[in-house]
Amino acid sequence: MFGLDALELARAQFAFTVSFHIVFPAISIGLASYLAVLEGLWLKTGRDVYLNLYRFWLQIFAVAFGMGVVSGVVMSYQFGTNWAGLSNAAGSIMGPLLTYEVLTAFFLEAGFLGIMLFGMNKVGKGLHFFATLMVAIGTLISTFWILSSNSWMHTPQGYELVDGVFYPADWWAIVFNPSFPYRLAHMAMAAFVSVAFIVGATGAWHLLKGRRSAEVKTMFSMAMWMALLAAPTQAVIGDAHGLNTMEHQPAKIAAMEGHWDTERGVDLLLFGIPDMQAETTHYAIGIPRLASLILTHDLDGEIKGLKEWAPEDRPNSTIVFWSFRLMVGLGLLMVLTGLISAWLRLRGQLYDARLFHRMALIMGPSGLIAVLAGWVTTEVGRQPWVVYGLLRTADADSGHSATQVGTTFALFVIVYFLVFGVGITYLLRMMRKGPKLKAVEHQTDIEGGPGRARTPSRPLSGASESDDRADSDEGDRHEH
Amino acid sequence: MNIDIPLIWAGVIAFGIFMYVVMDGFDLGIGILFPFFKERDKRDLMMNSVAPIWDGNETWLVLGGAGLFAAFPLAYGVVLSALYLPLILMLLALIFRGVAFEFRFKSKRSRPVWDLSFIFGSLVATFFQGVVLGAYINGFPVENRAFAGGPFDWLAPFPLFCGVALVVGYAMLGCGWLIMKTEGELQDKMFKLMPPLTIALGACIAIVSLWTPLAHEAIASRWFDLPNLLYFSPVPILVLASLAALLRSVRLKKDNQPFLLTLALIFLAYTGLAISLWPNIIPPAISFTAASAPESSQKFALVGVVVMVPIILMYTVYGYFVFRGKMKLGEGYH
Repeated sequence: MFGLDALELARAQFAFTVSFHIVFPAISIGLASYLAVLEGLWLKTGRDVYLNLYRFWLQIFAVAFGMGVVSGVVMSYQFGTNWAGLSNAAGSIMGPLLTYEVLTAFFLEAGFLGIMLFGMNKVGKGLHFFATLMVAIGTLISTFWILSSNSWMHTPQGYELVDGVFYPADWWAIVFNPSFPYRLAHMAMAAFVSVAFIVGATGAWHLLKGRRSAEVKTMFSMAMWMALLAAPTQAVIGDAHGLNTMEHQPAKIAAMEGHWDTERGVDLLLFGIPDMQAETTHYAIGIPRLASLILTHDLDGEIKGLKEWAPEDRPNSTIVFWSFRLMVGLGLLMVLTGLISAWLRLRGQLYDARLFHRMALIMGPSGLIAVLAGWVTTEVGRQPWVVYGLLRTADADSGHSATQVGTTFALFVIVYFLVFGVGITYLLRMMRKGPKLKAVEHQTDIEGGPGRARTPSRPLSGASESDDRADSDEGDRHEH
Repeated sequence: MNIDIPLIWAGVIAFGIFMYVVMDGFDLGIGILFPFFKERDKRDLMMNSVAPIWDGNETWLVLGGAGLFAAFPLAYGVVLSALYLPLILMLLALIFRGVAFEFRFKSKRSRPVWDLSFIFGSLVATFFQGVVLGAYINGFPVENRAFAGGPFDWLAPFPLFCGVALVVGYAMLGCGWLIMKTEGELQDKMFKLMPPLTIALGACIAIVSLWTPLAHEAIASRWFDLPNLLYFSPVPILVLASLAALLRSVRLKKDNQPFLLTLALIFLAYTGLAISLWPNIIPPAISFTAASAPESSQKFALVGVVVMVPIILMYTVYGYFVFRGKMKLGEGYH
C-alpha cells in the first residue's frame, strides 16, 4: 500500500500517532507547572490578575490535556497491536516502567484533574491549589517514566538477553540508564520552553491588538522571563545530551552531522544534502573544526564517520541532518528572543516594541516544532535498531499485512487530522479570545460546580458560550 | 509458603479490567443513552454528571494494558495483535467520545456534531470492547510465541453478540448511574428504561451462559462436572436474585439500589467468565503461569501496585465524594 511495505507502514503509523500525541503532553507538562505558579502567586498576593490568568490558561490546559489523554491511550496499546515482537522481547522491561507511569502519574493527574477543573467552589483554595500541584507533579512523573523507558531502548543496560528475550537484572540500572538523565532534562525543559513561547505569542498577539491589560502584560512578561532563562539552559542541556549521544550512539552523531569518514578536526556543516547511496554529503558548506570543538570540546577531536558502520546499520542521515538543524536553529532563535526581551525590558520598552511582538507571535509554535524535530532526530537516528544494538526494528513488529496496517494508518490520519485539527482550532480560538479583562468575583463565594447553579460545569464552556459570536474579550464565564 | 506472584498479577489485571468495565462502563453508557434525550439541558446534565471523573475512569484501561505488558508480555503481544482491528476501532471511537467532553461545550453551531461524536464514540467503543471480549473467550491460535490466526477471526457470531450484550450492559450501568445522580423527569425516564434493559441483559447473560459451554468443551466441563457444579451454582442463582431485586428496586423507585444491583450483576457475569477461562490468559491453552514475565519484572511492578493502588483508590473515592449528590435539572447552564 502506497508503495510501502508493512514494516514501513507500521513505522509511519507509530511516527504519526506519537508525533501528534507528543504535542499535547508537551503543552500540558509546561502549562500545568505554569498554572501551579499562577495559582501560587494568586494565593500569595491575592491579586486578581493571577486568578484571571489561571482561569484563562486552565481552559486551554483542559482541551490540550483531553487530547493528550485520548491520543495517549492509543500509544499504550500500540506496543502490543503493532509491535508484538518488541513486546515479546522487551515487555518484561518496558512493561513495568509503563505500569509505574500509570500508577504514579496517570491516576494522579486524572484523579485531581476533575477537582482542578471544576472543584474550586467545592474544596476551598488550599485544597484546590493542592490539586493543581498534584496534576503538575503528575505530568512530570509521567515524563520521568516514559523517558526512562524510551532511554532504555536507546542505551539498554541492566538486562540479561536469553533466547532473544530481555530479562531484567538490575532495575536501578534499567531506570537510570546512561542517556536517561539527559533526555529527561532535555524533554522537561523543552515542554517549559514550548509553553513559554505559546504564552508569549498569546500575550504578543493581544499587545499587537492594543490590549494592554495587566493580564496581557503579565503573561507576556512572565513568558519572556522564561524565554530568557530557559532557552539558554536548554541549549546547555542539549549540548550535554549530544555529548552523551556521542558516547553511546556515535552513528547517530555521524548521521546528524552528515559526516562519512572518521577524521580529526571535523567541520560543522551548516548546509549539505547527505546522500545515503553515494556515501557523501553534497553541497556541504561548513565552519572549519567547529563540529570537533562542539562534540569533543577540542579543535582537533576525532569524530567517527558513518562509513565505520555497515550500510544496513546506518541511520538515515538525510533526515536527521536536517531535523537536527531545524531544532538547533529554532533553539538559537528562541535564545535570541529571550535576549532581545531582556534588552527591551531594560529600556522599558517590552510592551511597546511592535516589531518584537511580531517576532514573539511568529515564534509561538517554535518550541513545539523543535520538540518534533528533536524527536525525529533521536528516533530516526537510532534506526535500524529499536533496542539499540540488540533488537532490530524489522524484528519487532507484529507481522500484520501491509493492507491491514495501511488501512488503520489511513484511519488514524483521517481521524487525527479531523479531531485534533478541530481541537487545535479551538485552542487557537481560546488564545485569541484572551483572558477576561474585568475583575472577577472570588470563586470561593460562588455556589457552583456540576449540577449547581451559576457555574458552567466545564471550564471551557464558559468561554465557549460566546465563541460563536463576535470575538468578544469580555465574555463572562458565568453568563446566563 | 511461597507467594505465587503470577497469581497475584492475574488478580491485579482482573481487578484493573473490572474497575475499567464498571467505571468507564457507566460513562460510556451515558453516551449510549444520549439518543433518548433530545433536550440540550438534559444532555448537558448527563454529560456533566461524569465530566469530572471520566478521565480517571479511562485510566483503568491504560492500567489494564500496561499491567498486561509488564506481567504477561506474551499475552499482551499475542492478544493485542490478534485483536488488531477491533482494538484500533475501539481506540478511535474512544477518541471521538473523549474529545466530545471538551469540544461539545465549545461551540453552538457544531454542537450536534459533537453530540453524534459522543453517541457513536461511546456506542462503537463499547461494541468493540464486547467484540474483544467475545473473541478473547473464543481463544487464539498461537505458534512460536506469536498469534497464528487471521486478521478477521474476531468477525464471528459470538464476538459480535458479545458486542451487543456489552452495549446493553453499559447502557444499564449508565441508566443506574443517572437514576442515582438525577431526579425529576430525567430520572423518571431512566426508571422506565431500566426494566427492559434489565430483561435484555438477563437474556444476554443467559445466552452467553449457554453458548460458551456448547461451543467449548473445557468450559462445559468446568461448570457442569461434579463437584464444580455445586461450587459454582451460587453464581447463576445470585444472578437471578439480582435481576429480581433490580426489577423490584425500580418498582419501588429506589435511588441507589438499581445502580448497585447493576454493579452486582456485572460483577457476577465477570466472575462467571473468569471461572470459564481460568487459568488461561491466552485462551484456550496458555495459562497465566506460562505467559508470565520474569519474576523480577512482576515483583518490581507489584511493589508499585501494592503501594499505589490503595492511594489511587483513596483519592478516587475523594474525587467522587467532592462531586457527590444529585445533579439538578435545569441548573447546569443555559
